[in-house]
Amino acid sequence: MQIVLIGLNHRTAPLELRECAAFSPDQAQRATAELRERCAIEEVVVLSTCNRSELYGVRSDPEPSGGALERFLADFHGISWEQLNGCLYFHRDVDAVDHLFRVAAGLDSMLLGEAEILGQVREAYRRASDWGSTGAVLNRLFQGAIEAGRRVRAETELGTRPMSAASAGVKLAERVFGDLEGHSALVVGAGEAAQQAVEQLRQRGIRKLSITSRRREHAAALAERAGAACVEWSEFPIVMFQSDIVVASVSSEQPVISAEMLSRALAERQNRSIFLLDLGVPRNIEPSSAGLYNLYLYDLDDLTEIVEQNRRAREREIPRAEAIIAAHISKFEAWRAGRSARDLVEDLRVRLDQRRRSILDAHAAAFAHLGPEERAQIDQLTAQLVDELLRQPVDRLRHARTWRQRVQNMETLRHLFGLDGEDDHGEDNHHGG
Amino acid sequence: MPGHWSYIALALYMCSLGLYVRFLYTGRRLTGQLAAAFLAVGLLGHYLALLERSHWVHSVPYDDLYGSLSLFGWLLAATYLGLELYYHQRSMGAFVVPCVLALFAIGTWSGPDLSATRQEQGTMFALHVTLSVLAYAAFALAFVLSAVYLLQHRYLRRRRPGLGLWRFPPLEGLERMSRGSVRVGMVSLIAGTVLGILWQWRMQHRFLFTDPKVLVTLAILVLYWLYLRLSLRGGWRGPRASLVCVLTFLVVLFSYAVVNVYLSQFHRYL
Repeated sequence: MQIVLIGLNHRTAPLELRECAAFSPDQAQRATAELRERCAIEEVVVLSTCNRSELYGVRSDPEPSGGALERFLADFHGISWEQLNGCLYFHRDVDAVDHLFRVAAGLDSMLLGEAEILGQVREAYRRASDWGSTGAVLNRLFQGAIEAGRRVRAETELGTRPMSAASAGVKLAERVFGDLEGHSALVVGAGEAAQQAVEQLRQRGIRKLSITSRRREHAAALAERAGAACVEWSEFPIVMFQSDIVVASVSSEQPVISAEMLSRALAERQNRSIFLLDLGVPRNIEPSSAGLYNLYLYDLDDLTEIVEQNRRAREREIPRAEAIIAAHISKFEAWRAGRSARDLVEDLRVRLDQRRRSILDAHAAAFAHLGPEERAQIDQLTAQLVDELLRQPVDRLRHARTWRQRVQNMETLRHLFGLDGEDDHGEDNHHGG
Repeated sequence: MPGHWSYIALALYMCSLGLYVRFLYTGRRLTGQLAAAFLAVGLLGHYLALLERSHWVHSVPYDDLYGSLSLFGWLLAATYLGLELYYHQRSMGAFVVPCVLALFAIGTWSGPDLSATRQEQGTMFALHVTLSVLAYAAFALAFVLSAVYLLQHRYLRRRRPGLGLWRFPPLEGLERMSRGSVRVGMVSLIAGTVLGILWQWRMQHRFLFTDPKVLVTLAILVLYWLYLRLSLRGGWRGPRASLVCVLTFLVVLFSYAVVNVYLSQFHRYL
């Protein structure tokens, strides 16, 4: 039984190729069915995101290379081999397991530690499970990967530190207000940075959101998409009084929010805290506002530095994340080794029993003079002999100290007894009486 | 001589502190839950240690400075645990439990004040002391919360949030918890003071309203009332109000450690 993985990602393939090799849900279902039929893959999960397309499979007959899978991928998407060549990676067994766990933990993502991938892995597994294309091995593998990903996020800083200016700013606002649900925000501007801020604010649960822009139609469009209120540009100072969070991101040579405006806003708010994010270049909020009482002002330089701090903090968490992943891989491999060991022992018994019977059949003439009872006794004795010969190796296999030792012992046993599919010279030159 | 429950309580509190610090670092839910569990069991051990002390001094365990310090620690831990469960905030444990440990250690391993007069006490006195110490514990908690508020506010204002900031409760949460703790403290202090007056009247048929202890207690109540007003409205909302809370606790400490010991005529431990 072999676990295989073939795929491409943002590190190995350009965006155009990733776009061609992506799987929509319908395509993923079709690919799953075809893989099982054409490539003799028993279990399949297709993981396809904007940054990666990967096929995870389990097959009984081990294949040294991923040739069949590569051809399948090329044929399915109508991509030429020359385009794919050099962009694909192929992993087997523990390497495939390690890769999946790292992906689920966000260690393989373009943005280190990003949280979305765990949900995508979960979704890919759920779909495959609904289609009936997962079995004991991929069920255990994906459940373990999801658990490892969850633990990495819960126990390390990998998932906690925001990595964009807008998300860092909104996270800082939570340091002041806590849960943003009962608070209000005003976004001044409707450009890309403002849109990111709106998205982050909504993701963090803000309910009362207002948007304003010099160009009313832009503000209205963004407000409609975000389910926010659109405010006239001339009225935004009034709305600002009622807003706990203000995000400014407009193209303007001069600040659009002055210290005096903010001073009046604070007086109107009876000095309730106000949190400001200045995402504009040049700055949209007068820097001297930072000195006002109970006001927190962050500009792009501050946020960039925080994001850089966060990136370094995330990188420092990699060893801890890898330790968690290693523990989960060990657990999975131990399970797999145990399962393989049971199969191996069974195969071994069957093989030895077949040999026993063939030897007895070959020497049937020598026992012809014996009655059925004596023949049954000989049959029983030889069966017991085989069991006794197997007892110690099986015992040692089961009680190996680590899963690596168990896997090594299994490989040795397979090789010695010819269960690894290699040529078995001199099989008929058995020794004995 | 501290009994074996004292050592058990000490060990439990230390385990709790270690887990709270680890929780602050890792954020792992199980670690936080274990920290709270150890604190809860430590509270039980501490309670039994107080009973042991009571047995040893042949009196209530808090009728001297050291005993009352130990009780202070117990009530601080209990108040904090209640606050933690109510607000679902665990990150303050790493700051509160060291105070609990210190109070417990000083109160337990300093010998009993043998010169303390053993007055006839009764239930009213017991309630007076318990409620008063509960008030001090609640004020101590508000002090810690306000101090952390000021620290976090300072880092946020300087725009250098630092790596540990992400684990602390948000500023508004700290303010809410601090106000809640002060309210508990004020109610307990008023009730405890009334009981104290009634008990004193019953014992001596007089009461010194001009005693330093009474005056300082009144001052504390006024200052905390002011804090509650300021923190909810007007120009003092936010860091200024938290500063009032921090400074008022210094008055509480003064009342506990100086007035009780040296200044009061009828409310002395010595």
